[in-house]
Amino acid sequence: MTDPTDAHTLAPHQQHQFETIEQQQETSTLGMWAFLVTEVMFFGGLFGAYTVYRYLYPHAFSAASHHLNYKIGAVNTAVLIGSSMTMALAVRAAQLGHRRNQVIFLLLTIVLGSTFLGIKVVEYHDKFVHHLVPGPHFEFEGPYGREAQIFFSLYFAMTGMHAVHMIIGIAMLSILTVLAWKGRFSADYYTPVELGGLYWHFVDIVWIYLFPLLYLIRGG
Amino acid sequence: MSQQHVVPLQIYAVIFATLLLLTLVTVDVATYNFGMMNIYIALAVATTKATLVILYFMHVRYAPALVAVFAAAGFVWLLLLLTFTLSDFITRGWIAGFMG
Repeated sequence: MTDPTDAHTLAPHQQHQFETIEQQQETSTLGMWAFLVTEVMFFGGLFGAYTVYRYLYPHAFSAASHHLNYKIGAVNTAVLIGSSMTMALAVRAAQLGHRRNQVIFLLLTIVLGSTFLGIKVVEYHDKFVHHLVPGPHFEFEGPYGREAQIFFSLYFAMTGMHAVHMIIGIAMLSILTVLAWKGRFSADYYTPVELGGLYWHFVDIVWIYLFPLLYLIRGG
Repeated sequence: MSQQHVVPLQIYAVIFATLLLLTLVTVDVATYNFGMMNIYIALAVATTKATLVILYFMHVRYAPALVAVFAAAGFVWLLLLLTFTLSDFITRGWIAGFMG
């Protein structure tokens, strides 16, 4: 206040408009959350469509859901939760300034994320083989042919958009891994890793809802 | 020197184990037919898992309150979307029955 130039001492990596590096970090986190809220809204539209059609055609959704392999879905859920765990550990390593652990956990997260996508490819392939992809070649035994096609349209739209987010996430993680390898992050500055983690965990949360809503429709 | 709370490894381990356990719970519950209750149980378990991820993996528990407000706002608005949409679709038959 007494300093006429208002030149507060800047920490390394601190932008001049921020009073402290803590304030800078909090601002970045809040900005990332504002983005994630728009992502909640984006997926919310898909979940809204799902809600309406499941309400209208509960029996068809149950019948169609039985064509998804819930065991594969459960394994994939575990893989993705595991990737969230390694991501959290990568952020923790960054907070502690452990460069080697940070790179290892980021790579593990990429491996687990890729495993999830690989399993997804097998599942998608299975749907093509069994004519469960909406379109002219769609075939569904029983009275719910048309409604089942709506279920599979939602299945591909929702898991597809989720997979796109995973692919973006893996690209982002690859960049973070290179930067971490080069030693760009330290205990004083690891904001990109923290924000990358927020994105990755958000994608995990979307799947946490998709799994029971698509794979586990029983009763009904 | 770090600006943010470093979460102890034990907490991460407990959260991770709980998330895997809840995944097993949701798979197991789906094998029983509780009628309408199935969807509510599935959503309750999923929301518990999501809350754990948000609070611990995403550090909202240790972040400034404003971050928690932002996070909550997203899900509250989603709930509004779903509530108003369903209040339309669920009540459509009522009018027809009443008029009918």
